[in-house]
Amino acid sequence: MLSYLVHRILIMIPTLIAISIVIFAIINLPPGDYFSTYITELQSSGEAADLAKIAFLKAQYGFDRPLWEQYIFWAGGLLHGDMGYSFAYNLPVNQVVGDRLLMTFIVSFATILFTYFVAFPIGVYSATHQYSWTDHVLTLLGFLGLATPSFLLALVLLYFGNVYFGISIGGLMDPKYVNRPWSFGKVVSVSAHLWIPVIVIGTAGTASMIRRLRANLLDELQKQYVVTARAKGLHPLRLLFKYPLRMALNPFISDIGSLLPHVISGAAIVSVVMSLPTTGPMLLEALRSQDMYLAGSFLMFLAFLTVIGVFISDIALAILDPRIRLQAGRRR
Amino acid sequence: MTDLLFAGDSPREQANGSTTQTADPLSHYVSDAPFDPYAIERMTPAQERFYMASEWRMVWWKLRRHRIAVLSGVILLTMYISILFSEFLAPYDLDARNTDFIYAPPQRVRVFDKGQLVRPFVYGYNYRLDMNNLERIYMPIPDKPEPIRFFCRSGTYRFWGVFESDLHLICPAHGGQLFLAGTDRLGRDLLSRMIYGARISLTIGLLGVAVSFTLGVLIGGIAGYYGGWTDILVQRGIEVIQSFPHLPLWMALSAILPVSWSPILVYIGITLILGMIEWTHLARAVRSKLLSLREEDFCTAAVLMGARPARIVGRHLLPSFMSHLIASATLMIPGMILGETALSFLGLGLRPPMTSWGVLLNEAQNINVVALYPWLMLPVTCIIVTVLAFNFFGDGLRDAADPYH
Repeated sequence: MLSYLVHRILIMIPTLIAISIVIFAIINLPPGDYFSTYITELQSSGEAADLAKIAFLKAQYGFDRPLWEQYIFWAGGLLHGDMGYSFAYNLPVNQVVGDRLLMTFIVSFATILFTYFVAFPIGVYSATHQYSWTDHVLTLLGFLGLATPSFLLALVLLYFGNVYFGISIGGLMDPKYVNRPWSFGKVVSVSAHLWIPVIVIGTAGTASMIRRLRANLLDELQKQYVVTARAKGLHPLRLLFKYPLRMALNPFISDIGSLLPHVISGAAIVSVVMSLPTTGPMLLEALRSQDMYLAGSFLMFLAFLTVIGVFISDIALAILDPRIRLQAGRRR
Repeated sequence: MTDLLFAGDSPREQANGSTTQTADPLSHYVSDAPFDPYAIERMTPAQERFYMASEWRMVWWKLRRHRIAVLSGVILLTMYISILFSEFLAPYDLDARNTDFIYAPPQRVRVFDKGQLVRPFVYGYNYRLDMNNLERIYMPIPDKPEPIRFFCRSGTYRFWGVFESDLHLICPAHGGQLFLAGTDRLGRDLLSRMIYGARISLTIGLLGVAVSFTLGVLIGGIAGYYGGWTDILVQRGIEVIQSFPHLPLWMALSAILPVSWSPILVYIGITLILGMIEWTHLARAVRSKLLSLREEDFCTAAVLMGARPARIVGRHLLPSFMSHLIASATLMIPGMILGETALSFLGLGLRPPMTSWGVLLNEAQNINVVALYPWLMLPVTCIIVTVLAFNFFGDGLRDAADPYH
C-alpha cells in the first residue's frame, strides 16, 4: 500500500509541473502584456502614467526577464502561496481572491456529495427494476438532465426559488452576511442558498453516474454467482448488497476522476449566471480584461483541485480493491 | 445435408439393382456434375444474403431494430438537411428588424375563426406602452386574422450569399406579422434566427469532432503501434489534458482569440479549441485496441510482407474497430455543442454577426428575461432536442457497432 502511495505521488508531481507549464503558456499567449495596454490606455485618456510604479512592478514580477525565468518565478511563487499580482485590481491576487477558493471548494464538495446521494439509490433501483415504468421515466429524466445547458436551468431555478421560496437572487448567502465574519447565521444562509447551484451543477454528473451504475450493476446481475446465490435462497436484498453491488461500486469511486472536471466546469459557468462568490465569475472577468496572472492562478487552482481529487479517488480505490494495488506494485 | 447423402448413395444402389447392364457389380462411377467444393455449404439466397453481409450492412440491420436510435437519426438528418435551406425555411431574414415589434411574445397559430375551420392564421398585435411600469403590452386583435402564406414571396435574401431570391416556405400575411417564437430586443424574429443559428451550432459540433477524430486516431495510433517510450509520453500528455476542467480551459483559450479576427476566423478558432481538448478519450480507445491487435497474426503477416506502419494501422488494424470509433465520436458531438453554447452564452465564443443557438441564448442572460420575456429561452429546445437525438443515436450506434456479438 505504501509503495502504491509513493508511486502515485511521484506521478502527480510531473503532472502538476506539466499543467503549470501549459497554463503559463496560456497566460503569455496574448500579444503584449498588461502594462503596455495599461500605459496606452492611460495615455489615450490624457493621464500621466505612474511610470515609476510600473517599473517597480515590472521588476518585482520579473517582466523584464526572459520567459523561462518568469515561469520559474511564477511557479516558485505559487509554491509558497504567492499567486502573482492582479493588474486590474492593483492588488496581489491573494487579496483579491479572498475566500473564493474556499467557496469553490465547498460548492464542488457539496455537489459531489449530492451526486452520490442521488445517483446511488436511483441507479440501484433502475438496475434492479430494469425496463419497468419507473426505470423508463428515470432514464428519460437522466437524459434530459444531460441535455439541458446548466446555465439555463440555473436561471429558471433561481427565478422559481425566488418566487416560491423567497430566496434572494444570486450570491451564496443573504446580502447582509456578505463581507462579514463567519457566524452561525451565515452558515445557515449559505446552506439555504447552496442547494440551487448544487442541484444545477450536479444534474449532468448525476445523470451520467446513474447510467453508469445501472449498466455496471446490470452486467453483474447476469453473472453465475448471482444465479447460484438466488438458487440457494439468499434474501434478494442481502444478496444485492453483499455481492453484485460491491462489484458495481468500483467504477463509482474511480469516476471521481472524470466527475470532478465536470463539476468544476459546471460550477464555473453556473456561478457566473448566479453570481456566486466563487472563482468562476472572477475567472471570466479576468479573462475578459486579459488580467492573465489572476486568470492563470485560478486555472491552476482548478486544475490542482482536479488532480488532488483524482489522487484521492485512486487511493480510495486501492484501499477498496486489492487487485489494483497489487498490479501497481508488480509494475514497479 | 440429407439430400447430399442420398445423392452420394444413389449410384451404388443403381449399380447393385441393375445387374442386366454389366457383369461387373462395382463399375467405376464418375459423376458428370462439375466439381463444386462448396456444394456441402450451399445456402439459399436468403441465407446467403445474411451470412455474406458486410460488417456495415450488419451494423445497419442491428441499428434498424433500435427504434429510438432510428427516430433520432431521422430527426438529426432532417435538421442537417434544413441547414442547407435556412434562407428558404425562415420567414424573415437573419437581421430583419421589426422596430414596431420589440419583445413581442410568440403568436399562436390558430385554425378556427368564429367557429369555422379555416387556413392557419395568427391574430395581429395591438401595441401599447404601459407608462406606469414602462412595459410593452401586446394584445392580440381577434377581429384581425392574418392568414399565413405558404410557398410565398416576401423579403429578398441571397441564398448562401450567391443568388438572390425571395421565395419562402412560410411568410406573414400582406401587411401583417408572423412571430411564431416572438421577437428579441431589436424586434428580430426569433424563429428565423433559430433556423439560421442551426447552421452554426450543428456544424461546429461536426467539425469539432472531425478535428478530435483525426487527432485521436493519429496520436492514439502512434502510441498504440509503437508502444514503449512514445506510448508512455502520450499517456502522460493525455493525463495532463484530462486533468484540466474543460470549460475553464476552453474559456481561457477562446479569450485569447484576438478581437480583431473576423467572425469566420473566430468560428474556425472555436472549432479547433473544442476539438483540441476532446480527442483524448478517442486516443485512449485507439491505443488500447491497437496494443492488443498488433500481436495478431494478420498484423505480423502484413509486417513480414513489408507494409509500412501507416498502411498497417490504417488498412489492417483501424477498420476492425472503426464502427466503435464512429459510435464514440457521435457521442462526443453533444458535449461540443453544449460547450459552444456555454462559451457563446458567456460572450467568449462566437460573436454577434455569427448567430448560433448559444449567441441567441446570450440574450437570456439575466433573470429579468425569465420573468418578462421567457420566449427568449426558446433556442434551448433546439439544443435539448439535438443533444438528446445525438445521445440516443450514438447509444444505438454503439450497441450496433459490434454486430457479431
